[in-house]
Amino acid sequence: MANVQELSDYTREIAQRLGIHKYDVYGSSTDSTSVQVDQGEPKQVKASNRSSIVVRVWNEKQTMGVTSTTDIDPKGIELALKTAQEASYFGVKENIPDFSPESTNPVVEIEPQTATIAEVPVLIETLIQAEKELIAAHPAITSVPYNGLSQQDLDHFYLNSAGAVRYERHNTTSMYLYSKTEENGKKPRSAGSFRLSNGLNQLDVDGCIKEAAEKTISHLNYQKVKTGKYRVVFSAEAFLQLLSVFSNLFNAQSILDQQSLSTPDSLGRAIASPLLSVCDDALHPQNIAKETFDGEGTPTRRTPIITDGILTSFLHSAGTAKRLNTQPTGNANIGAKVTVSPHFYHVFPGQPAQEVLSLAEAENVIWIDDLQALHAGANALQGSFSLPFDGWLVNKGERISIDSATVAGDFREVLKSIIYVESELELTPGGVCPRIWVDQLSITGES
Amino acid sequence: MPSSISLLTKELPSLDYTATPERFDITWESPLSTLLGLGRAAGADFVEFFLERVNYISCLAEEDTITSITPRLSTGAGVRVFRGIGDCYVSTNDLSFQGLKGALEKALAILGLTLPAPNSYVPEVYLELLRDYGTAKEKERWLSECSSMQEMGDILLAANDQLKRNASHVQSRRAVYFRDWQEVLVAASDGTFARDIRLTQSVGYNLLCADGENRTSNSIRDGNTSDPDFLRNWDYSTTAANLGESAGKMLYADYVESGDYPVIMANHFGGVIFHEACGHLLETTQIERKTTPFIDKKGEKIAHENLTAWDEGRSDDAFGTIDMDDEGMPTQRTLLIENGVLKNFLSDRAGSLRTGHPRTGSGRRQSFAYAAASRMRNTYIAPGDYSLDDLFNSVEKGIYCKKMGGGSVGATGEFNFGVEEAYLIENGKITKPLKGAILIGEAKEIMNKISMCSNDLSLAPGFCGSISGNIYVTVGQPHLKVDSITVGGR
Repeated sequence: MANVQELSDYTREIAQRLGIHKYDVYGSSTDSTSVQVDQGEPKQVKASNRSSIVVRVWNEKQTMGVTSTTDIDPKGIELALKTAQEASYFGVKENIPDFSPESTNPVVEIEPQTATIAEVPVLIETLIQAEKELIAAHPAITSVPYNGLSQQDLDHFYLNSAGAVRYERHNTTSMYLYSKTEENGKKPRSAGSFRLSNGLNQLDVDGCIKEAAEKTISHLNYQKVKTGKYRVVFSAEAFLQLLSVFSNLFNAQSILDQQSLSTPDSLGRAIASPLLSVCDDALHPQNIAKETFDGEGTPTRRTPIITDGILTSFLHSAGTAKRLNTQPTGNANIGAKVTVSPHFYHVFPGQPAQEVLSLAEAENVIWIDDLQALHAGANALQGSFSLPFDGWLVNKGERISIDSATVAGDFREVLKSIIYVESELELTPGGVCPRIWVDQLSITGES
Repeated sequence: MPSSISLLTKELPSLDYTATPERFDITWESPLSTLLGLGRAAGADFVEFFLERVNYISCLAEEDTITSITPRLSTGAGVRVFRGIGDCYVSTNDLSFQGLKGALEKALAILGLTLPAPNSYVPEVYLELLRDYGTAKEKERWLSECSSMQEMGDILLAANDQLKRNASHVQSRRAVYFRDWQEVLVAASDGTFARDIRLTQSVGYNLLCADGENRTSNSIRDGNTSDPDFLRNWDYSTTAANLGESAGKMLYADYVESGDYPVIMANHFGGVIFHEACGHLLETTQIERKTTPFIDKKGEKIAHENLTAWDEGRSDDAFGTIDMDDEGMPTQRTLLIENGVLKNFLSDRAGSLRTGHPRTGSGRRQSFAYAAASRMRNTYIAPGDYSLDDLFNSVEKGIYCKKMGGGSVGATGEFNFGVEEAYLIENGKITKPLKGAILIGEAKEIMNKISMCSNDLSLAPGFCGSISGNIYVTVGQPHLKVDSITVGGR
């Protein structure tokens, strides 16, 4: 990425020359390296160094246009400004996006999220060793067909013609291992794990291997499950998968677009069991990719979404906050149509439960570890889902893998049917969350 | 600069290349052949450059307003270096000679190679005469002949107004359009030097209807790959009428009862079942990972004898049609399955190198950010001899899947996909609409259960996400009957 101040200077100069008085720019760049291995040999190594920016321009009629480009030298910026200026004459005439009122407010100071970048041979060696250990974990594990170790150096910035200039940078390192089994007379089985940290030194490689091995082995012996209604325990990952799919429930832009299961009047209503509380928290201590400002330059923050089952806040951009007469929450993504998205979920117990539940004692419950085909089997606008899953049937702590089953329901009913929120939080890429217990969900297995 | 060169490495910094920045033409031959020579001199077995320029725009109409016009301009390049069967891919936004050289140097370093020492001779890499599909097929005019911002806005607003008149209980209605213009140039150390221009457009509707607790969301899309007049000629009146009718039926549909059923899959986008359940498993990337049950089945029967299937890049205007793949190889028609027998896999360069299956012009990628991989183009099941009535009359109680949603296939060959519009079949007749259905199965089993194909092949545009990003594809099939499949529901 070019020096942000330098980019700001030549953007201002070009804008003046083109007669553009109001503009803003959001940009990001990524320097990344990733490796994959196959049976002890490097399979493919990828590296990239890419930048992109989004330019918004307001014309004399105050309508706005946008253009994105990867050319961030003065020539590319000039073309982007010109194209955005042309597009501005076709911009919306009502609810026109504007600068965030908080685009020049101070942002929270956070600890640096950078780490030493590992050399490619170190990444390859680490992954080869992980593959070797995972295959050695059980004779049935014959390969790790999906694996990867990658590191990214990311930076992003925001500037506007009112004087805002923001910039920050962080590193992430991630590993995934998905192993596959082959045994005579049995179906191939597969399971995996994922880890994320700032640098390779902090990455829990051993934990990733161990979890992938344990899960894969746990699926070796499997059985069909009878179709019926079950008490279901969602893993942190599975619950956050569902929450993300149905995030239009608290997305202010979706609500204003009538693309939501909520309306502006839904605030203050009970939408979940009082046992559940949910926040969006970009600055959560366990989020290793904290961002202190969003695509409009608004400082990010912790936003309570559901408190003891009550819908307490929507996630906002500057524009949705203005329309709903509230404050932006730092969840905007810049564009011709500004969109809103969560940063990092924090799901935790709300009101105390009357009964403590435990997988060690529960009988005949379905433990869903991972949901599949969310793009095909979940309808975010209807609330319904019917999804294949990986999981186990659990009886007093003993679990057996389930073969080919689906879980179906309505997410609004799921929220209301929560009977227990465990206290121990698990870190996932999308946030931190405990296991969530839900009563009476439809499971389709064998008749 | 001469078109082919032999030089000393110490001369590199002073070279004054004048490749045209706004166009990938013959002026790129010298810098690219020099870079390819450098890569080979460093010890690489094979080097390939992929250069890309994109001019993309999308337009969104919500209710009676254009709420988004989003242009995107991007340029970039990727260099792929092979050493043995291992490879490395480096991408960059910097298309200057030094930028490309930097990317090459990084790729070489990752593979343990270094650029030749000062005063070393850089061997010549002779590139073929530029194979320019852009010029040869008169594609240069395409971009300027597409709809302007004003025109796309006007058409989408008119279309959205039409939808309002064709649907009831409308909560929201959207008309969406995009145009993706792409210029690519491929140069490789085997002499490949080819340029193409692609124009991909798509237009469609998203409709959400609600009546009390009853809700339905329905969508429809059309696509094209070579007609600048595509949006102008969009028959939105018919499209709106069809979508409004489907939404009206699905709004009050009951949830499907889960179980195993015989299923009739509609033609057109119904072809997604073959794409997911079989097509992906015939890509050499799956052989490399050993994640396909068909790995050693070439020449063997893997499907019902009534089933023949193709993957090709040649159908006029279809969404997966390409003149060359992203490795510069001319496209082809590839017979996948003939009367149930597996005939060919889909292979890119790396897949061919690692599995031995010949390249099929199937090396595709979303953009310069990805290395090419074996991917599908226009993939479809060939028409059969049955009539549609034959199929329905053979079903006592089953499900008619008229409109499919998306789907996926996992590492163990299990697939699943949603059904957007389904109906109950009783005694050969459609009786009532059903919602919430998801089809689940295993590729190996399902292929032998496709027992009847009708004679009404129809193709549909689709988007496929996989190892080399999201690409445009066609799925297709005639109406067909699956004897039994698990349907997930309530």
